[in-house]
Amino acid sequence: MSNPLRIFVPVKRVVDYAVKVRVNPAKTDVDRNVKHSMNPFDEIAVEEAVRIKEKAPKTEIVAISCGTTKAQETLRTALAMGADRAVHVEVKDDSTLQPLAVAKLLKAYADKEANKPDLFILGKQAIDDDANQTGQMLAGLLNWPQTTFASKVEINGQDLKVVREIDGGLETVQTKLPAIVTTDLRLNEPRYASLPNIMKAKKKPLVKLTPEDLGIDISPRIETLKVEEPPKRVGGRKVESVDELVDKLRNEAKVL
Amino acid sequence: MLASTTSRIALQARATLAQRFYATGAGANTLLYVEHKDGAIGGATLNALTAANKLGGSVTALVAGDAPESVAKEVGKLTGVSKVLFAKDAAYANALPENVAPLLAAAQSQFGFTHLFAGHTAIGKNIFPRAAALMDVAAVSDIVDIVGEDTFVRPIYAGNAIATVKSNDKIKVVTVRGTAFEAAAASGDAASEEAAPSADKPALTQWISEEIQKSDRPDLGTAKRVISGGRGMKNGENFSLLYDLADKIGAAVGASRAAVDAGFVDNSLQVGQTGKIVAPELYVAVGISGAIQHLAGMKDSKTIVAINKDADAPIFQVADYGLVEDLFKAVPELTEKISK
Ligand SMILES: Cc1cc2nc3c(=O)[nH]c(=O)nc-3n(C[C@H](O)[C@H](O)[C@H](O)COP(=O)(O)OP(=O)(O)OC[C@H]3O[C@@H](n4cnc5c(N)ncnc54)[C@H](O)[C@@H]3O)c2cc1C
Repeated sequence: MSNPLRIFVPVKRVVDYAVKVRVNPAKTDVDRNVKHSMNPFDEIAVEEAVRIKEKAPKTEIVAISCGTTKAQETLRTALAMGADRAVHVEVKDDSTLQPLAVAKLLKAYADKEANKPDLFILGKQAIDDDANQTGQMLAGLLNWPQTTFASKVEINGQDLKVVREIDGGLETVQTKLPAIVTTDLRLNEPRYASLPNIMKAKKKPLVKLTPEDLGIDISPRIETLKVEEPPKRVGGRKVESVDELVDKLRNEAKVL
Repeated sequence: MLASTTSRIALQARATLAQRFYATGAGANTLLYVEHKDGAIGGATLNALTAANKLGGSVTALVAGDAPESVAKEVGKLTGVSKVLFAKDAAYANALPENVAPLLAAAQSQFGFTHLFAGHTAIGKNIFPRAAALMDVAAVSDIVDIVGEDTFVRPIYAGNAIATVKSNDKIKVVTVRGTAFEAAAASGDAASEEAAPSADKPALTQWISEEIQKSDRPDLGTAKRVISGGRGMKNGENFSLLYDLADKIGAAVGASRAAVDAGFVDNSLQVGQTGKIVAPELYVAVGISGAIQHLAGMKDSKTIVAINKDADAPIFQVADYGLVEDLFKAVPELTEKISK
């Protein structure tokens, strides 16, 4: 590697994956007054960047989050896991911030930096909007190659080789940096930040920007007309034996 | 896919929104991206076509690949397809998004498509957001119903909430959940074929190889019956208990993330928020606790059976029939009694 790598890792603060969300009474959104944490796919992205840095220590890792002031908690988590510095693009209301706008903010920030990123590692999807779009959109805007749903990433100089999870199995693709990677669950197991690293993270640089600073219009293209509970299943019936189960499946549910 | 496997979400959404549903007439001019492999149409394309036909208007199918001819012929016979665009080029083999997204954008700009539809599959998810960004429009992922030309229904938060969303962009770039729409059938008369416009083929990535899991069992995404195993299976060898049962009743085999992570089975069998979405007539969950993320992938199944030794496992809350028992006793017994 001639020049040190620079890796940008976008991270999103979302409702914690273990929370069972409820629709709000106004049916406009879910109740967001619950525990939040870093989107699990983004933890995997940070972890992958940190592992690359462990092999090539001159690597710089920049964590970026677009969101309300609270997004800074998520950035501190990324710093505690091993990112070098953080960028917070502050928006007043992140409930209407959509993947296209985030992709544009990320591109604008990358364009603004004197030293360009070699690699963006993003999660394959956020577990709140379940969109699975931002990495692909960013790659399209930058006209960079995209290697999505990665379960294995190998960097060798300017060469990037990625094993991707596809329907029915795996696929291997190869490209040159700069490039976009989006992470699948099996890429790695993210580390926990240790207490000393959490303390150190408080001193790492965090700069704040706004969409206006970056010249990006973030108005939503998609309006949410309403949010509803999914239909309830009436489960909960128990059978006593395999015989009873077979009988029910044959004669009641008629699926055998 | 049979009518009875239609997603419950879609059915309920349709019922509650019925009075607001309007036929959109000739307004929509839709491009359907056709996923295909080894000469066969796949990847929820037939379901996405049914969704596209609900818009009213016309549907043009785009078949891109290194040898698209036979697929283009087949696609032309499908209900509602009025024209087939084909793009024959080695650059379109393996559906590389860097090449296919500019093709979609070029086709949109030549023919003024108002909608682009594809299945919400690994390929659809990979290509469509990139294409949307090239056109500077939003993408709408994983729809389960169509309310109107610009209004769609989609699950969020692992299916724990259902959002009705309206796209204010001129072009709607949409991926469709296969299990929420029936598969379109052939109608007989062939549509006209035309070469797709030429587009940039930047060849930014190089396809190296693939490892596809071969199996004689039905495809997980479209099977009428699915038997899934979780961490409770303990190891990969024990999955043979599920294979025996599956073979007896012609079912596909699925798995929880825990079973995949532990290496019991291949990742392509994972059912859930981040794996496959299935909605079979019968789903049997064996040694699966029923985490939110697993339920996201199977709770629209018609009949759910759970076999678990923990009577408090959350899976029992969605199961139509729950059996609290050791799976190593219950599954062989079930296999034996079903065969009688
Ligand atoms: C971002 C994210 C995405 C995820 N995506 C998915 C996804 O797509 N799909 C998915 O499945 N998970 C997903 N998960 C993981 C999910 O949260 C759960 O961890 C996982 O589903 C648990 O799998 P399991 O039910 O097999 O294991 P466990 O929760 O460990 O349950 C095992 C069950 O087996 C039972 N059992 C054990 N031995 C026996 C026996 N001898 N007889 C009968 N029963 C027995 C136990 O009682 C227990 O209920 C995701 C998690 C995250 C954070």
